[in-house]
Amino acid sequence: MSGYLAGIIAILSINVIFAYGIFLAVASGQLNLGGAGFQAVGAYAAGWLSANLGLPVALTLLAGAVVAGLVGVALAFPILRTRGVYLVLATFAFAEVVAGLILNTDALGGAMGMSVPGYVEWQVPMIGAVVVALLVFYLMTTRFGLTMRAIHDDEDVSDLMGVSIRNVKVAAFGVGAALAGLSGAFYAHNFGYIEAQGFNAMVSIYVLLYVLLGGTQTAWGPLVGAAFFTLLPEILREVLPAAKEVVVTLFGGVPDGSRPDESWRFVILGVLAVAFMAIRPEGLITRTMVERLSFRRRTAPGMKEATE
Amino acid sequence: MMLFLQQLVNALMLGSVYVTVAVAFTLTIGILNFLNFTIPTLFMLAGMVGWALSYWGLPFGLSGPLHWALALAIGIAAAIAVSLIVERFTFRYLKTKYGDSTEHAIPLVSSLGFLLIVENLVRIAYGTEARRFPGPDANMTLDVGGILVRIPQLVSLLITVLIVFALVQMMKRSRIGRGLRAIAENPDAANILGIDTKRIVPVVFMLTGLLCGLAGALFAVNYGEVAPMMGEDIGSKAIAGMVIGGLGSIWGAVLGGLCVGLLEMMTVHFFGADTVQIVVWGALLVVLILYPKGILGHHSIGKGKL
Repeated sequence: MSGYLAGIIAILSINVIFAYGIFLAVASGQLNLGGAGFQAVGAYAAGWLSANLGLPVALTLLAGAVVAGLVGVALAFPILRTRGVYLVLATFAFAEVVAGLILNTDALGGAMGMSVPGYVEWQVPMIGAVVVALLVFYLMTTRFGLTMRAIHDDEDVSDLMGVSIRNVKVAAFGVGAALAGLSGAFYAHNFGYIEAQGFNAMVSIYVLLYVLLGGTQTAWGPLVGAAFFTLLPEILREVLPAAKEVVVTLFGGVPDGSRPDESWRFVILGVLAVAFMAIRPEGLITRTMVERLSFRRRTAPGMKEATE
Repeated sequence: MMLFLQQLVNALMLGSVYVTVAVAFTLTIGILNFLNFTIPTLFMLAGMVGWALSYWGLPFGLSGPLHWALALAIGIAAAIAVSLIVERFTFRYLKTKYGDSTEHAIPLVSSLGFLLIVENLVRIAYGTEARRFPGPDANMTLDVGGILVRIPQLVSLLITVLIVFALVQMMKRSRIGRGLRAIAENPDAANILGIDTKRIVPVVFMLTGLLCGLAGALFAVNYGEVAPMMGEDIGSKAIAGMVIGGLGSIWGAVLGGLCVGLLEMMTVHFFGADTVQIVVWGALLVVLILYPKGILGHHSIGKGKL
């Protein structure tokens, strides 16, 4: 296998795990715009343990997830008192505080970044992604998954029906934070170098958009969303140079013929975000779509005739 | 003591940039219950377009480099135009289908989309590095009893005060202002009572574009430098200022923006520039958890489904 393909599979797997982490929060009705913060906690926990204590990679990966999960639960209790816009802002602020703390902590390398020993091959994140995906798919079929869905759809009615809103929300947020931390730990060990700038506000925005565009009704959504946007630049490699010249001319710049940068991928992500929110706010993959594709018609007999 | 007073004056000047952007944030959130993430980009766009026009001139060789003031005016116009496009694609499509708990975030998510679009298009067209803006000499200073005040900054502060004051008067007295306050109170009732929501909502976005564009232009003149990522820092501090002051309150945003400017200056003074991010965002997090109402805010904002 070529190094190029191995790199793509590794980053794809990391993004899929990360997306599932945010998905768990969003699927229970909490927009988590602090993904990069939890990823950074996991990455630095794994990196520090591995560099300073020399723990084996298997343990540091686990530790990355556990530490991020604990931070998530600790944050969830006060933060879940807030809702809507306040929750979005609070998670966003959390990620900024984490990045600021890392930049100012010399033990974590500060602005210089930190090199992480214990390189893992692409197979490890891939196995991790498969396990996480299966886990989340299973989770969505359990009673816990059902209560998450209920809270997402209508919190007040779920409360009336006896769902323990707070416990479910904290659990979903915490497990999601742990998954985001796990993705950070994989990132640290696969790339071998981490820096605070790699976990900036934009990363939180990207991952939330992957999840929302993929769809939050089923566990297929984050998988499709993360996969699509990770593989997009590979697909676009041929189309981009021509498009760049057009934009440069329109904006009044001087075409320099250099290779277009990564920015295009994010322009497309932005356009798709706007288009989806306008036309299909529930995301690409919906529950009815999955049911239809898997020939599992849940509609009662006679329902079709009634609607016609 | 002198140094401290000088820092206080600097904080006031810095805060006035945050104030303008924070007022733009609080206006959209107070009237439309919508956290508009395109605001930092509009701020950046005015500065960058202004720079490009004063450096290259109009596209397609229509003119040579423009005078910096004209270039910035066109930059502000560009920010207003983009803001109206944002209105067209975020707010008008807000139709809640199921009323579930993440659906109220639809405009927020599309505004994140626009943030990515505009910022990355600017990067593609103008490059990623910071550019020197050829404004008037930003170092002309006025000596007031030993404290140095930069004249362009003083002018910016006056413009900011004037704009905020005009905005408050408009909200209070004009027909449009009354309509906007009615929408803030209850959109459905406002509609029934004869307020044309479709025509009046774009006004909010025009004001947003104007405020952000103006802030971006003043920033370019004062600091003599523009960059595609300049919106992120200012935008995040403006958000912090808005929350501290209380969501939806214009005077709260003014107070909060100045508080953040003060907090930043004091942090730099006592702990160094590296810790600003922790202190400002930490303060925001604490306010959000302990006192989400803010200094002058109303409790109802940001909770209801629009």
